[in-house]
Formats: sequence, structure tokens, C-alpha cells
Amino acid sequence: MKLAVASGKGGTGKSMVAANLAFTLAWTENITLVDCDVEEPNLHLFFSGHEEERDVTVPVPVIDESACNHCGKCSEFCQYGALTVLPDRVLFFPELCHSCGGCTLVCPKGAIHEAPKRIGTLAISHPMPKLKLITGTLDSGSPHAVPVIREAKRVSVRDPEVILDTAPGTSCPVVEAIDGSDFCILVTESTPFGLHDLQLAADVVTKLGIPAGVVINRSDGKDDETIRFCVDHDLEILLTIPFSREIAAIQGKGDLLCRARPEWQKEFAALALKCRALAGVEP
Amino acid sequence: MITAALSRLLGGTMVLADCDVDAANLELLLSPRLLQTTPFMGMKNAVIDPATCVLCGECEARCRFDAVEWREGTYHISPLRCEGCAVCTQVCPVSAISMQPRQTGEILYSETRRGHLVHARMIPGAGNSGLLVHAVKKTALERDGSCELFLIDGPPGTGCPLISAISGVDAVLVVTEPSVSGLHDLQRVVTVCRQFRPCILVAINRFDLDLEKAGEIEVWCRRENIPLIGKIPFDPAVIASVREGIPVTDAGPAPAAQAIQILAANLEQELKQCGKQR
Repeated sequence: MKLAVASGKGGTGKSMVAANLAFTLAWTENITLVDCDVEEPNLHLFFSGHEEERDVTVPVPVIDESACNHCGKCSEFCQYGALTVLPDRVLFFPELCHSCGGCTLVCPKGAIHEAPKRIGTLAISHPMPKLKLITGTLDSGSPHAVPVIREAKRVSVRDPEVILDTAPGTSCPVVEAIDGSDFCILVTESTPFGLHDLQLAADVVTKLGIPAGVVINRSDGKDDETIRFCVDHDLEILLTIPFSREIAAIQGKGDLLCRARPEWQKEFAALALKCRALAGVEP
Repeated sequence: MITAALSRLLGGTMVLADCDVDAANLELLLSPRLLQTTPFMGMKNAVIDPATCVLCGECEARCRFDAVEWREGTYHISPLRCEGCAVCTQVCPVSAISMQPRQTGEILYSETRRGHLVHARMIPGAGNSGLLVHAVKKTALERDGSCELFLIDGPPGTGCPLISAISGVDAVLVVTEPSVSGLHDLQRVVTVCRQFRPCILVAINRFDLDLEKAGEIEVWCRRENIPLIGKIPFDPAVIASVREGIPVTDAGPAPAAQAIQILAANLEQELKQCGKQR
């Protein structure tokens, strides 16, 4: 099963849920945990282990000035404004380029070819015998998270049990990460911010046609509004984790709740079972 | 939450922008009175005319974003995946594909107690949030450019929405938390911010949940020469005030409110320094 963990709001505890699920399940089955929050990946902070790293690249245009006649067709075609043609040279702005390859198609002189440009890295480690961790990291200053997410998912595509930790928000990086999942856990906290952003995230999974359920994190017991929203929208509340200074401190130090307090493993095992049942996937 | 509180505490004329367009929350605390709504058109999207399409599959083969789907005997473009590059219009042998404008959100112009607020609603799942951030900032500067302070609530992350939000600003206040993740994200955000050369300042929220980690962040800031200008304690009054729909500083003398007042005073001092350097 491909299981995504998402939330509209940042800092709700997505990574915590994904990491504890993976840690709990990996005692008995092969699990691949993919950090798709490539702008701020955190999962590797909770697992130690040797990482094999490689570059993630995207193709970008290279202009052969000796063949170019500065006709301006490439700049006219580029929808992102990544190419500007001057009378004697072509300026290329790599941070605006989406690597669509359109400029190479429209150039009448065949003066444009593509070369790889690094935008991030992929690190693969095995922190537990049955756990594979794939971390996508966007290079700082690079705006394009989506190709790094796509590459991180591609590497895990054949793995049977995959848990994907996504970026916060509701825009392209989130869609890229959760698209194609069998089920999505929406992590929220019981504040008006949490609820507001849960509504947006629920909207995204509905559009993508992915079944979903909710985990309430840092609950102070006043969850009525969140519960009402979930009932109205047919979202099952799969797990409620209370706020406690102890839990906050465990995570703050880079430990996992299920490692420091093994009694929580049965809660996360139950969470996984519920997700599989709701997704209609056999364990 | 901190941005909303700062809007109440910082002096001078002010315009506010909520640039966390994926999940805009300022309006939940500032009870804005909506003055105007403008549709936001994102990138154009490709649309296939099924009457002209000859099902050759060239568009599907050439689309690098896997946006062309085969469904019920015909090709469709997924608006969620289309990045608007127009390559498909170029390769279609029968010109069956055109680029169509698409509304991906709306820009809201509102009034708050402390000045105008420009915020946005992005259609969930729509792309181009970086473009929308840019449009929000542009609206604020066009309408209220004469204000002494332009206060922006930024998005999380380090990608295109963040870069769009911090470009051109004089100072960035990075709010972090005392945890390994908080420190790691802080370091990444600072690296990106430095490329734009603003003054960088740090505040630690809920610092007392892990005093050791908070100390580590403090040491790191000192080493990097970044002023740590606020430490806000964990305080149930924050959640209580959010539930009431007001900044915690409006709710009375709670520990977090006092800490944010100190943060605001330090911020005003630092902003004067930033101004001098510029």
C-alpha cells in the first residue's frame, strides 16, 4: 500500500506520524519511508544510518551561440520567461525554467540542446533491517521542489509498502507527493488554524480521489469542532495524540515516541490497520 | 499567530500581507472587513478539443509532467498536473490543443484595525502559489506602498513561495521551535534568506518545551551572528486566544503575550539598525 501523510498547516506533526508508523511496522515487514517534504526534510533526523547520496538533476537548455541566429522563437515560446533573446546573445534564467523542453522543439536552427542541472539530492539509508528511508532534499535557493519529489517517488515505485511524508500546504508539491496513493492520513491539531487548513487539505485529497482519515495531534481535549467537521465530511478520526510536554521533549531531542515509549507501538499498529481497511488493501 | 500579534504592537502606518497562500490564517485572528475581491489567474492550462483530436498520442509522449491522461477512449489534460508549458500545443499535428486561462485563486483586499490586509484564497490543489504570493505582495505595494511598514506573513519551506515572499524585503524574522527539526529547518531557511541579503532575525516559539534544544539554537544563532530577539514560552493562552479569533496580545497579560511584547520592542530596534545599514 502507498500511504501518504499530509496536512494543510505546517508543524502539525506529519513527520512524527510518518516516522512512528514506519518504525512500528518495520519490525515485521519491509517498509519504505519517503521524505517528500524536500524543502525541509526532517525524517533523517529521527533515524541514524549510513546514507548513500546522489544528485537529482533536471534538463535545462544550453544554447549553441555559433548556431543561434537570435530569431527569438525560444523566448517567445517559453511560458515561464526563462529565456530572453538579445540581438547578440541569449540570456537563460535557470530558476524560472520548468524543464519542459519546449525551446529545443521550437528552435529552427537546432541550436538548443539540454544538459542536466543539479537541483537537489536523494539520500537512501537502511536505519532498520526492514526499513528503507529515502530523503529528497531541495538545494537551497532552488525553487523547484516537484522534480525532487517525483524522483524520490520514482525510486520507491516498486516497493510494496510505502509511507510518504509530504510538505505542508495544498499546492503543487503536495499534489505531486500524494497523487497515486492508496490512502492519505491528514494530520491536524485542534485549533482554528488546524481545522481551517484541514478543510483545505481534505479538499485536495477529494479532488485526487484518494480516501483519507484524520489524526489529531497535540490534542488538549477541546476537539469538538474538528470532530464535527470529520463527521460531516465522512472522515474517520483514526488516532488522537494528546499534548504532553513529555512527548514534545522526546521529539525535540530527535527520538521517536514509539522508541522512547514502546507502548505507543500498538496505537500506531492499529492506525496502520485502520488505514489499510479504509483503503480496501489486504495487509 | 506572531505576525498577527506584531501587527498590533509595532508602530507607524502599516500594510499586511498573508503570503502563506496555501493555508492563509491571518484572517482568522485579525477579523478583517473585506473591501474587494479580485480573481487570480494562474498559468494558462492546455485543453484538448476532442472533436479535432486524432488520438495520435504525440502530446502524451512529449508531456514531461504526465499531465495527458487516457480516459474513456480519449485524451484529457489533468489540470492538477499541467504546468502550462504549451509543448503539447506545439507537437499536436492537428492543432487540437489550446492554452486557456484558468482562475487558480482570488486576492482579497481587506481592512483591519492596523491597516489594510492583502490575503488570498488559493484553490486547493492549484499550482503557482509562488506567482500568487508575488501578486499578493504587488497588490499591497501598489495600493499601500507609502506605508512605513510592510509586514508579511511568510509560508513554510524554502521553495518558490518562500523565495517569492522574501525577495526584496529589508528584514526576515525566522520563527523556530526547540527541536532537532526546528533547528534543521532554521538552518535551511537562513541559507536561502542569505542569498537575498536581508537582515535576518530569529525568535524561538514554545522555547520552554526543550530548554536544552533552545540553548543549542541560541548558540547557533550567536555563532552565525544572527540576533535572537524573542523567546516565547508554551502557553495555553495562545490556543485559547486563537479559538477566540484574536491575537494572544489582545487577550490580557499571559506569559506568551508578554514575551511577544518584548519581541516586538526588540524588532523595532533591529529594524532601525537594518534601515541604517541600507
